[in-house]
Amino acid sequence: MTANGWLQIFLLLLVTFALAKPAGLFMARVFAREKTWLDPLLRPCERVLYKLTGVDEKREMRWTEYAIAMLLFSGVSMTLLYVIERVQQHLPWNPEKLVGVPTDLAFNTAASFTTNTNWQAYTPEVTMTYFTQMAGLAYHNFTSAAVGIAMAVAIIRGIARREQETIGNFWVDLTRTILWVLLPVCLVVAMIFVSQGMIQNLRPYAKTQLVDAQTVTTTGTDGKTTTQVVNEQKIPQGPVASQEAIKIFGTNGGGFFYANSAHPYENPTPLTNFLQLVLIFAIPSGLTYTLGRMTGSQRHGWAVWGAMAVLFLAGVVSVYSAEARGNLLLHGVDQRASGAQSGGNMEGKEVRFGIANTALYATVTTDASCGAVNGMHDSFTPLGGMIPLINIMLGEVVFGGVGSGLYGMIVFVILSVFIAGLMVGRTPEYLGKKIEAYDVKMAMLSVLIFPLVILTFTAISVVAKSFGTPSISNPGPHGLSQILYAYTSATGNNGSAFGGLNGNTLWYNTTIGFATLFGRFFAVIPILAIAGSLAKKKYVPESAGTFPVTTPLFTVLLVSVVLIVSALTFFPALSLGPILEHLMMHAGKVF
Amino acid sequence: MATKTTSKEKSRWGQEIVVQAVWESFVKLNPRTLAANPVMFVVEVGALLTSIDLVRGVVQHSQGFGFSLQITLWLWFTVLFANFAEAMAEGRGKAQAEALRKSRADTVARRLKQDGSIESVPGSQLRAGDLVMVTAGEFVPGDGEVIEGVASVDESAITGESAPVIRECGGDRSAVTGGTRVLSDEIKVRITSNPGETFLDRMIKLVEGASRQKTPNEIALNILLAGLTIIFLLAVVSLQPMAIYSGAPQSVFVLVALLVCLIPTTIGGLLSAIGIAGMDRVLQKNVLAMSGRAVEAAGDVDTLLLDKTGTITLGNRFATEFIPAPGVSEGELADAAQLASLADETPEGRSIVVLAKDKHGLRGRELGSVAATFIPFSAVTRMSGVDMDGRKIRKGARDAIVKYIKDAGGTVPHETMEAVDRISNSGGTPLLVAEDARALGVIHLKDIVKGGMRERFEHLRVMGIRTVMITGDNPLTAAAIAREAGVDDFLAEARPEDKLALIRREQAKGKLVAMTGDGTNDAPALAQADVGLAMNAGTQAAKEAGNMVDLDSNPTKLIEVVEIGKQLLITRGALTTFSVANDVAKYFAIIPAMFAAAFPELEVLNVMGLKNPHSAILSAVIFNALIIIALVPLALRGVKYRPLGAEALLRRNLLVYGLGGIIAPFIGIKIIDVIITHMGMA
Repeated sequence: MTANGWLQIFLLLLVTFALAKPAGLFMARVFAREKTWLDPLLRPCERVLYKLTGVDEKREMRWTEYAIAMLLFSGVSMTLLYVIERVQQHLPWNPEKLVGVPTDLAFNTAASFTTNTNWQAYTPEVTMTYFTQMAGLAYHNFTSAAVGIAMAVAIIRGIARREQETIGNFWVDLTRTILWVLLPVCLVVAMIFVSQGMIQNLRPYAKTQLVDAQTVTTTGTDGKTTTQVVNEQKIPQGPVASQEAIKIFGTNGGGFFYANSAHPYENPTPLTNFLQLVLIFAIPSGLTYTLGRMTGSQRHGWAVWGAMAVLFLAGVVSVYSAEARGNLLLHGVDQRASGAQSGGNMEGKEVRFGIANTALYATVTTDASCGAVNGMHDSFTPLGGMIPLINIMLGEVVFGGVGSGLYGMIVFVILSVFIAGLMVGRTPEYLGKKIEAYDVKMAMLSVLIFPLVILTFTAISVVAKSFGTPSISNPGPHGLSQILYAYTSATGNNGSAFGGLNGNTLWYNTTIGFATLFGRFFAVIPILAIAGSLAKKKYVPESAGTFPVTTPLFTVLLVSVVLIVSALTFFPALSLGPILEHLMMHAGKVF
Repeated sequence: MATKTTSKEKSRWGQEIVVQAVWESFVKLNPRTLAANPVMFVVEVGALLTSIDLVRGVVQHSQGFGFSLQITLWLWFTVLFANFAEAMAEGRGKAQAEALRKSRADTVARRLKQDGSIESVPGSQLRAGDLVMVTAGEFVPGDGEVIEGVASVDESAITGESAPVIRECGGDRSAVTGGTRVLSDEIKVRITSNPGETFLDRMIKLVEGASRQKTPNEIALNILLAGLTIIFLLAVVSLQPMAIYSGAPQSVFVLVALLVCLIPTTIGGLLSAIGIAGMDRVLQKNVLAMSGRAVEAAGDVDTLLLDKTGTITLGNRFATEFIPAPGVSEGELADAAQLASLADETPEGRSIVVLAKDKHGLRGRELGSVAATFIPFSAVTRMSGVDMDGRKIRKGARDAIVKYIKDAGGTVPHETMEAVDRISNSGGTPLLVAEDARALGVIHLKDIVKGGMRERFEHLRVMGIRTVMITGDNPLTAAAIAREAGVDDFLAEARPEDKLALIRREQAKGKLVAMTGDGTNDAPALAQADVGLAMNAGTQAAKEAGNMVDLDSNPTKLIEVVEIGKQLLITRGALTTFSVANDVAKYFAIIPAMFAAAFPELEVLNVMGLKNPHSAILSAVIFNALIIIALVPLALRGVKYRPLGAEALLRRNLLVYGLGGIIAPFIGIKIIDVIITHMGMA
């Protein structure tokens, strides 16, 4: 571990902290429909859109209507993407003459991008045309992010409103998110990315001569080996910068290239690397301020931010120290950091990012349900790889995905308030709203869906010798980690891959596709129900006897509840996966 | 509670409850009963599974019978212990109900027929509207209202208070309760309830827990516990395939043991006992709550409306000072005041006699020793006094005495009027004393705030509860007493409808309001309040309107009820937190034990250094069962309540039950492990 490494980690935390207020304040104004400096430009566009679509922007929706609108929108968008993937060979912008995507993979990708997961069971360079990437995938990068933010705004309104039936208008929230929040930032960021060397074109793939010709030996199915001399390489091209901005800012994470942000075109410089990290956290962190602002309890917003920051720091310190320590089975190899080398476990990491920035990226991307990677988590040390997995298992609430991080955290807040709130001698209340049986039921439903999907699919896959285990690339505990990570990533709508697992099979494409859908919609519908229920309630004024949700003590409580609920759920699985792998590695046992 | 029991009787009573509770624990194994408690139901199903496996093992002569047997037994014990906790809580109530039933021993009622003649019918046949006569020595055959006569009634069967009370027709003391005994005189009573619906019947049902319904918060908590149970069910069920993948499949015993240790059995087993015990604690304070919901609501109260008289101040005013008029000595004034009060049997009058005696050594003279005519207080003259030896001494309210002196041709000195104003402003009541046309001075009557009230209100304020004093006094007097007692606010010159309006106003702001009341005119406010504590001495209407009845008719008890409500909620929260926190240690006991054979590396996780896999799993299961029994007293007694602010209370309880809940099982499981390996049980 180096001073420079720590400096970069704390710089990110500092910038995230500094951005929370301006970002949160701006979003609060956007969703409260107050004036912003972008209005002269955007209000006319907004009005035209409503006129074209027949949306009455003054109409308010009950939670059920809000949920149905959201599901309809997502369903139609998902179908659209599926169709584009299937018929892409007939569509423009296909210089490489790529064919249609197979059904199971097309379903998996459509589900994955609709749910802001962006799990990629395909290699983009040889699967997706420029049209599919731009009109299909990038479109979802915007809309799935906007849907998530709209849901978060809906629950914030539910908390803030008193004795009202409605929680806002889905179409308006969706439109305003895209126009005011996502598009302006992405336009600017894409320009910065291009300035750093990111490409933006529709050209056919470039061909270049290798400096050193390579001899490749392949074994055919008939057992014959053929030797081939390769001296030419194809370099994929495409409209990268425009997609990259929203990939990061909308915590989507689906890479334009298979190597994702480890690819020089997707993450060319240390500056773009840092900017990506900042952008991943910007909206989720800002939304905590929006929560405080719209509910009139700014200190509560900061208390939630504090809980997220604590969990983030704990994660990044763990990954960084695990990776910097290096691989203890490499005897006699100097793994110390020095001027000449990064030191530590450099397998699967880009030399240009080094240990600290890869550890940081891995933590941020899994904290925030982004899923973009600049290194391969599969190659981390067992403990270093376990932290990203745990980050997702926490429920994607450490800042979390755009919108989803906040609404996920609010469920934990409700559970914390309910469990510990009784201990102040009052029936539990959250920001003046009584938490009653219905709210607890919905919160538990939302929390339950996570272990249900992850553990069920994992349990089936690890014992299915015909379709489950053959996809594993490493036997033993690491294989279990690979499967566990895949379903956790899908259900948590993260989309990052541990790597090493061949997910492009009928079983995995189908189940992971469903896992993303369950993880998103089954979790968010109960939350909208809570929003509707809270909005209807009477406000109970605060007193000295009210459970405090604004203090450091509350932050500690919230962190404990998040950790304990997740740890208790997943400890058995983890103990047979990464923990066992780590302990066996220490005993010198490898697979 | 009816009669004071000796300690010997009490322990016998306690023994009976325990024996009864042990029996009940087995009866409650009926799955249909247990299904209401999802957590314990899962434990029972688990115990059933292991029992079946145990029998199969015996038939097939499998190895490890001792371990399997012990696990199975302890699983059954877990269910039994939880049942026992509930039965214990119910036991107390049942015993009380028994005592009440005895006092209901069938009475014979003398019912008035249409023609005015009297017929004897069994008390159980009386219907609402019947008229009965009750004479000294007879039991009142049912709840009703006195419509003729006055009688002293022994209500000890209901209240435990042995001093007889007066019941008379009209006014706020007209209600009589079935099962109480008339000691003197005869009264005509109109029965107001049908058989099976009397106060006594309802009381029996309540203490027996027969009409007990889950409270809203209990339902919500049950949902949370069910949810946690499902999560752990998933974690354990999915563990088996992963164990098979890892080449270390587990037995049913171990998996069920892990599941039972993880699901929140501690709170699941004690939840209903906590609720029943909360009602019971209210009952021990001689307050009858009509539902558990009312007790729960008491914990949430934001605003307490307290009547000044009897609640905040001692019911009566006391003379504290004699302020003579210019040219009159204090002794002279005291003497006159005492003479004027000798026949005054009101507490105020007596306090004047006492003050004169204490301050000036004036002994109360025998009434017969002087030739005196006493003038009693009347609503018309608004003064009282004495005519003796040609002197006419009068004492009374300011306006009345001023008029009296003026009519007699005198004037009240300027200084005396100032003293009168001063006393009024300070919250006291001035009584002017006059002899003929001469003003002698002023007696300062003062409301005495009950001892310790200031501290109690301070505690309430810390708890976030606002206290509002209700009084008929003028605003000036009210403000002074409010200041002295330390209440947050007051409602002066309050009429019943003002009370109702205040409650509605508070409720509109989202606050929960509690109040006490006894009169018929309090009934609407009692009904409107979230917690309405009616006085047993009050009218039937008031008792019907409130959701609690204080059998001792002590309005201060409202504060205690609020504290019990809070204590009930805190106990629930504390044990839930404790239960969930316990799981951390149990994982560290069981997970390494499960896989130690296949992966000795996992031994690192055995931080407690438990002897062997069997002892580790067994210790965790035993701890899990015993902790239920160990916490029964806490569940029944409730977590000690401290009047602290929410933040301080939360910090304290999180430390004790959260952090303590993480640490305690590490120690407990280790100790059990040492014991059972020492005994050779594993």
